Amino acid sequence: MNVSTLKRIEADPNYQKLVSERRSLGLTLSIAMIVIYFGFILLVAFAPGFLGASLTGGVTTIGIVIGILVILSAFALTGFYVNRANGSYDVLTQQIVRETQK
Amino acid sequence: MNRKLILAPILGVGLAPSLALAQGANAVGGTQRSYDPIAVAMFAFFVLLTLGITYWAAKRAKTASQFYAAGGGITGLQNGLAITGDYMSAASFLGISGLVYAWGYDGLIYSVGWLVGWPIVTFLIAEPLRNLGRYTFADVVSFRFEATPIRILAACGTLVTVAFYLVAQMVGAGALIKILFGLEYWHAVVIVGALMILYVTFGGMIATTWVQIIKAGLLLGGATLMAVLVLAEFGFNPGALFAKAVEVHPLKGAIMGPIFKPGAPVSTPLSAISTGLALMFGTCGLPHILMRFFTVANAKEARKSVFYATGFIGYFYILTFIIGFGAIVFVSTNPDFIDQAKVQAGASVIEATKGFPNMPAPWLAKAVGGDVLFGFISAVAFATILAVVSGLTLAGASAISHDLYASVFRHGQANEQDEVRASRIATVCLGIFAILVGVGAERINVAFAVGLAFAIAASCNFPVLLMSMFWKDMTTRGAVVGGFLGLVTAFFGVVLSPAVWEGIFGNPKGSALVTIDNPTLVSMTLAFAGIYLVSKFDASRRAATDRAGFGAQFVRSQTGIGAVGAAAH
Repeated sequence: MNVSTLKRIEADPNYQKLVSERRSLGLTLSIAMIVIYFGFILLVAFAPGFLGASLTGGVTTIGIVIGILVILSAFALTGFYVNRANGSYDVLTQQIVRETQK
Repeated sequence: MNRKLILAPILGVGLAPSLALAQGANAVGGTQRSYDPIAVAMFAFFVLLTLGITYWAAKRAKTASQFYAAGGGITGLQNGLAITGDYMSAASFLGISGLVYAWGYDGLIYSVGWLVGWPIVTFLIAEPLRNLGRYTFADVVSFRFEATPIRILAACGTLVTVAFYLVAQMVGAGALIKILFGLEYWHAVVIVGALMILYVTFGGMIATTWVQIIKAGLLLGGATLMAVLVLAEFGFNPGALFAKAVEVHPLKGAIMGPIFKPGAPVSTPLSAISTGLALMFGTCGLPHILMRFFTVANAKEARKSVFYATGFIGYFYILTFIIGFGAIVFVSTNPDFIDQAKVQAGASVIEATKGFPNMPAPWLAKAVGGDVLFGFISAVAFATILAVVSGLTLAGASAISHDLYASVFRHGQANEQDEVRASRIATVCLGIFAILVGVGAERINVAFAVGLAFAIAASCNFPVLLMSMFWKDMTTRGAVVGGFLGLVTAFFGVVLSPAVWEGIFGNPKGSALVTIDNPTLVSMTLAFAGIYLVSKFDASRRAATDRAGFGAQFVRSQTGIGAVGAAAH
C-alpha cells in the first residue's frame, strides 16, 4: 500500500466510522465478558454460599442458573458482535475498498 | 479425596485431564487386558476413513499455502467445527465429566473457564489476525517489527506451548487407551504418534482439518446422544436428574454449589483468579488455534468460524455437565463399575469407581447405551486425541519451518518446496520427540504440562500478539523483552509453585518460593508491563521504523486490503 492510498483511506469518513465503531463495540463486549466471568469467579471465591443456595426451594441452586447464564452470555455476546459485523462493518469495509480502487 | 486433586488450581483446566488420566492409569494399571471388539472395530473404521482422507489430501498439499493453511479454502462452518475439534481434548470430555462426577458444581466452573476466551478471540483477535497473517501468528507480529528477533520469540512461545501440550496429550492418550482398549501404554503412545505423523506429514492442514471436523462431529454427536439418553430417564426434566444425583452422591446437596475447600478444584480466591486469567487469555494465545484462522478465505469467514466454534464448545460443556450428573446417578449406583475392595477399605463409591476419575463418561455410555455405545465413546475419545495432537504438531512444525527455517536461517530466501520439505521433516522430528518423551514420561503430571502451556500462551503469545495489533508505540525491543519476560516468569512460576515444587518434586512443605498456584496473574502482568515500559523508553532507530509501520498495518488489519487471499472485493 503506498503512502497516498494510506492517507486517503485514513481520511475516508467510512474508514474512521468503521474503526471507531468496531473498536468501541469490541472493547465494550470484551469488558462485558471479562466482568461477567471474573464476577462469576469472585462469587465462587467469596460467596460460595450464595451460589449454593436453592433457587426456589428445590435442589436446583442459584449457582447452576448463573453458571449456565455465563455460558449463554458468551454465546450471546459473540452472536451480537457477529451480527453487527456481518451487517454494518462489512458494508463499510466494501465501501472503503471500492473507494481505494477508483 | 485423592491428593492429586489438590493440584488442580495450578493447572487450571489442564488439571482435569491430567489428574484424571494419571489416576486412571494407576487405578487400572495392573488389571486385565481385554480388547473390546466393538471399540476396536469402530476405531479401525475411523483410522481407515482418516487415512483415506490423508491420501486424498496428500495430492493437494504440495504448495506451502495448501500445506499450512489448506489453501484458505475452508468455509466458516467447517472451520468452526475444526476449531472445536482442535480445542476439545479428551481432557475436556473425560476430565470435566469426571470432575462433575466427583465434585458436581466445581466441574462447571472449569467448563465456564474453558469457554470464555472465545468471545475475546472474536472481538479482538480473529479478524485482524486473518487480515495480517499468512500461516503462523508470527507473521502478524513480525508485520512491522524486525523479523529475526520476533520470529525467534514467537517460535519459542509456540514451541514451548506445543511441546508441553503435546506431551500432556500423548501421556494422557497412553493412559486412557490403556484403559479403554486394554493396550500396553507404550503401544498406545506409538500408535497415536505414528498416525499423527502420517496425517500431518502427508496431508498437512487439509488432512488435519478434516480429521478435526470428523472428530468434532463424532464427539458432539456422541455426547448429545448420552445426554439425551440420561435426560430421557427423567422425562427431560433436569431438576429431577439433579434431585436424584443429590440423593445418591456422598457429598449430598453440596454438589449443587462450589465446594471450595482444600482438595476441591478451586482452593483459594487468588488461585481462582489467576487460573481464570490463564484460561481466558491462554485460549487467545494457543498457536494451533490461531493457525486455524488462516485456513479461511477472509476476515468475515474467520469471524463466522469463531462464532460457530463458541456455540459448539458452549453446547458441549453444557452436555458434559449433564453427563457428569448422569454418571452420578447411573454409574456410582451400579456395582459393576465400583471396586468393592476399595469401598470396604473406606473409600466412597465415587473414589472407588473403576478408572476414577476419568472413566465416568465411558461407564455412563455403557450404563445407558450398552456395549455398542461404550465402544463408540471409546473410539471417539481416541479420535479426539488424534485430532488435537495433529493440530499441535502442525503448529509446532510450522514454527520450525516457516518462522525459524525460512525467515531466520534463510532470511526469507527459501523457496516453497524447501520450506514445505522442512515442515515435513519437522513434523516427523516432533512426532518422534512426542513418542519418545511420551513413552518415557508415563509418570509425568499431565496437568502440570497443560497448565504450563496455557500459562505461557497467556503470558507470552497473547500479550505480544494483542499489543502488536493495537498499540502504535510498541517496538521490536519491547516485544522481545516483554514476551520473554512473560515466558520465563510463567515457566518458573509453575515450577516453583507449591503444587509442583513440593507436590511433584517432593521438596519439603513450605519450601516453595512462589505461594500462588498459577503464575498467570503475575507473569501476564509482567509481560504487558515489560512491553509497555521498554517500548516507551526505546529510542533506537529500529523503534522509529516500528512505530512508523503501524499506520499501514492498522489499515490492513481493519479493512483486509492487501491481505493474503483477500476476497473482500
